[in-house]
Amino acid sequence: MKLFSELFTKIDQTTSTNDKIDALVQYLAIANEQDAIWCVALLSGRRPKRTVKTSELWQWSSELSGLPPWLMAESYHIVGDLAETISLILPEGNKTSDYKLHEIIEALNELRDSDEQQRRDYIATMWQQFDKQELFIFNKLITGGFRMGVSDKIVIKALAKHFNTDENIIAHRLTGTWEVTGNTLPALLAAGAGNDDISKPYPFYLAYALESTPDELGNVDDWQIERKYDGIRGQLIVRDSQLFVWSRGEDLLTEKFTEFTNLASILPNGTVIDGEILPFKDGNFLPFHVMQTRIGRKNVTKKAMQEAPLVMVCYDLIEYNGADIRHLSMGERRAMLEQLVTHTTQAHPEVPLQLSPTIQCDNWNEVAKERMRSREYNCEGLMLKRKNSEYKTGRRRGDWWKWKVDPLSVDGVLLYAQRGHGRRANLYTDFTFAVWDGDELVPFAKAYSGLTDKELIEVDAWIKKHTIEKFGPVRSVTPELVFELGFEGINPSPRHKSGVALRFPRILRWRQDKSMKEANTKADLLELIQAYRG
Amino acid sequence: MITFDKCGIFCAQAGVYIDPWKPVDKAIITHAHSDHARWGMKAYMAHKLAVPVMRYRLGADINVQAIEYNEPVTINGVTISLHPAGHIWGSAQVRLEYKGEVWVVSGDYKLQHDGITTPFEPVTCNSFITESTFGLPVYKFPASADVYADINAWWRANKEEGKNSVILAYSLGKAQRVHAHLDASIGDIYLHGAVDNVNKIYEQEIGDLPEAKRIDANVNRKDIKGAMIIAPPSAADTPWLRSLQPYKLGICSGWMQLRGTRRRRNADRGFVLSDHADWEQLNTAVKATGAENVYVTHGYKSIYSRWLQTEYGLNATEVDTLYTGEALDETGETEPANNEIIQ
Ligand SMILES: [Zn+2]
Ligand SMILES: [Zn+2]
Repeated sequence: MKLFSELFTKIDQTTSTNDKIDALVQYLAIANEQDAIWCVALLSGRRPKRTVKTSELWQWSSELSGLPPWLMAESYHIVGDLAETISLILPEGNKTSDYKLHEIIEALNELRDSDEQQRRDYIATMWQQFDKQELFIFNKLITGGFRMGVSDKIVIKALAKHFNTDENIIAHRLTGTWEVTGNTLPALLAAGAGNDDISKPYPFYLAYALESTPDELGNVDDWQIERKYDGIRGQLIVRDSQLFVWSRGEDLLTEKFTEFTNLASILPNGTVIDGEILPFKDGNFLPFHVMQTRIGRKNVTKKAMQEAPLVMVCYDLIEYNGADIRHLSMGERRAMLEQLVTHTTQAHPEVPLQLSPTIQCDNWNEVAKERMRSREYNCEGLMLKRKNSEYKTGRRRGDWWKWKVDPLSVDGVLLYAQRGHGRRANLYTDFTFAVWDGDELVPFAKAYSGLTDKELIEVDAWIKKHTIEKFGPVRSVTPELVFELGFEGINPSPRHKSGVALRFPRILRWRQDKSMKEANTKADLLELIQAYRG
Repeated sequence: MITFDKCGIFCAQAGVYIDPWKPVDKAIITHAHSDHARWGMKAYMAHKLAVPVMRYRLGADINVQAIEYNEPVTINGVTISLHPAGHIWGSAQVRLEYKGEVWVVSGDYKLQHDGITTPFEPVTCNSFITESTFGLPVYKFPASADVYADINAWWRANKEEGKNSVILAYSLGKAQRVHAHLDASIGDIYLHGAVDNVNKIYEQEIGDLPEAKRIDANVNRKDIKGAMIIAPPSAADTPWLRSLQPYKLGICSGWMQLRGTRRRRNADRGFVLSDHADWEQLNTAVKATGAENVYVTHGYKSIYSRWLQTEYGLNATEVDTLYTGEALDETGETEPANNEIIQ
């Protein structure tokens, strides 16, 4: 644990990617085999099974620190992380013994069949032995969500360096589900196609947003231009006559997408298609929320399937006839994809596969015009892919760009403010905004990001001076300040008083030039819904 | 005896305000940070070590009376005296006594010894006005000596990598505190002009600091190698700072106790070093005064006053003030407005 804690400290104390990679490589060189694989598992977002309840941690730490529950709750609200809160309020331990990382994880796992007294004894004993940093890590092992400022890219680079292996291979091996217990890093990374998990997806290649104008990208003929659909990015895998559908969040969602079931026997074995899953009915794509409702449900009902039938718009082919073809060029892969999808849909017109159409343009002006038409297609913008690009791992600059349309925006009046969690613990940073409905202001969106640090501090001071009422961490304020909010989509929502729900709302700017009378109205929002849904 | 009005903390019997935020006739100043010592008072009274800084920041022509700790001054029957607050050099608590009733206005304070400031002395009173910047049990500051050792070790490691070390610290108080504890055998020490200006006053009034150079037009940036540079927080994200590349950035603040704040600042290192009281220090200070009435100002006011009411059975009241506590940004205990001219 001391070794892992040192690694954690090193990573936490630097903002340099190279320093983080070096720290990880050093750790891998000296760590015990089982600790090393757990370290990689934790850093890539996997976590031990949860065997201790949050409410128990809460209660025991309150008892051991002698703090009343209300004060624990206030502290937690300000720190924003339970594991950290507990590590800060508990008295520091006496640092006598050291345990291996995997020993602690195994001991925690063994608590699954224990009674409360046994759990309390174990946890309280451990709490008394750790220094602050170890205490935090131990608590994080229990509560999960181990994010320590290490991206997958860093983990992959460090492993590639340590094992002297290609990054793309490492990235692929780390994707999907794999066992930690009884496994080792060499075994995991060396696994051949034979004994491999047949459901294993490839890491997605993600595009950065285009910041400049596209003419800097050179000749338009070198680029494949497609629309950027607003659905669920996914991989459709057929191997051994079995079908697997993965989302970009690395969730296996095969069961949710019953439309695709038959593809297991239709597509050739060893096929992996990268595409966007979308609801499609009577020749039109439906808005994202229609599918969201369906995926949220536990079981897919007949009615849901009729209301929101799903298709995959195919972007790319990354495995063909069982071979990884990511190193081929976009142009070559596209040709193979076209052939595969065309043949399949000709033989089986009912299959829910569509090719993502490419847009032919002679110059960047035409591309810009096509971009402006995105909303007509229910799309977020365009994708620009260099025709000679490989299929890379993760978010990379250079070959793939997303060129989104400008977000929709609306001016709202600040109505409520809530203290920030964690990062901006002492400031009011979470805001609720309202629009006019006649003479009344109705709340319609919550947003917290988008202001500069300086503005946040200014707004915070204003809020403290213009508070009408306090309810716990929330204050209502004199309606006065106007903010412009940007968002990616707008949908009707009977759950909200305003009747609408925004997708990804964020603050674009503080409109100090506008009075609250000039804010938008509920009618404006309803009009936007009409316009957006075409 | 003491009331809170729109100008500040007021003692009507003596006709004086303590740390007022609007112009008044007579002001007693607890310390020279800009949220406590403001411009525009007809007459000031402050500790003698605070006076030179006030003159430098508020103007050489201010009308100010300098007094020592424990040197009673009587105004219209009210006995007023200053007592060490331990916050920064020259900081004081103000004790006011009238007809046997005693109030203490503590301003900003800390109990931790920092090595350069006269340590806090508890003063028995009936009513105590306390800040609550770090009035939450999650704030437990490490011993100063450990942090100084960490800073020196960090500097040494950065130097070995061929990098400069930049520490952002308030130019009044924390900058001298850090500077005084640097191990000058590691390398060269450089100062931002705003820090150097205050350091000069410190050296004149109190004593020497390790040798350091002011970064001005005569300094060739290429000569700054493996050095420690102390700069005010307002230097963050400026061309001035970028000219010191390659460097690692460290921030000294009590807020660095929280991981989220630390990460969000995008500094390489956060050192938990504050001139304010942490949770234990606040509780110790409040208990040591024996006060039955406690007025809680800037910070986690409502939480801390609830704690004092429910745990210690005190009459604790929240008070709104315009003090800002330990801000992470230049909007807090700010550098003087005429900063640019001085540099
Ligand atoms: Zn201060
Ligand atoms: Zn203050």
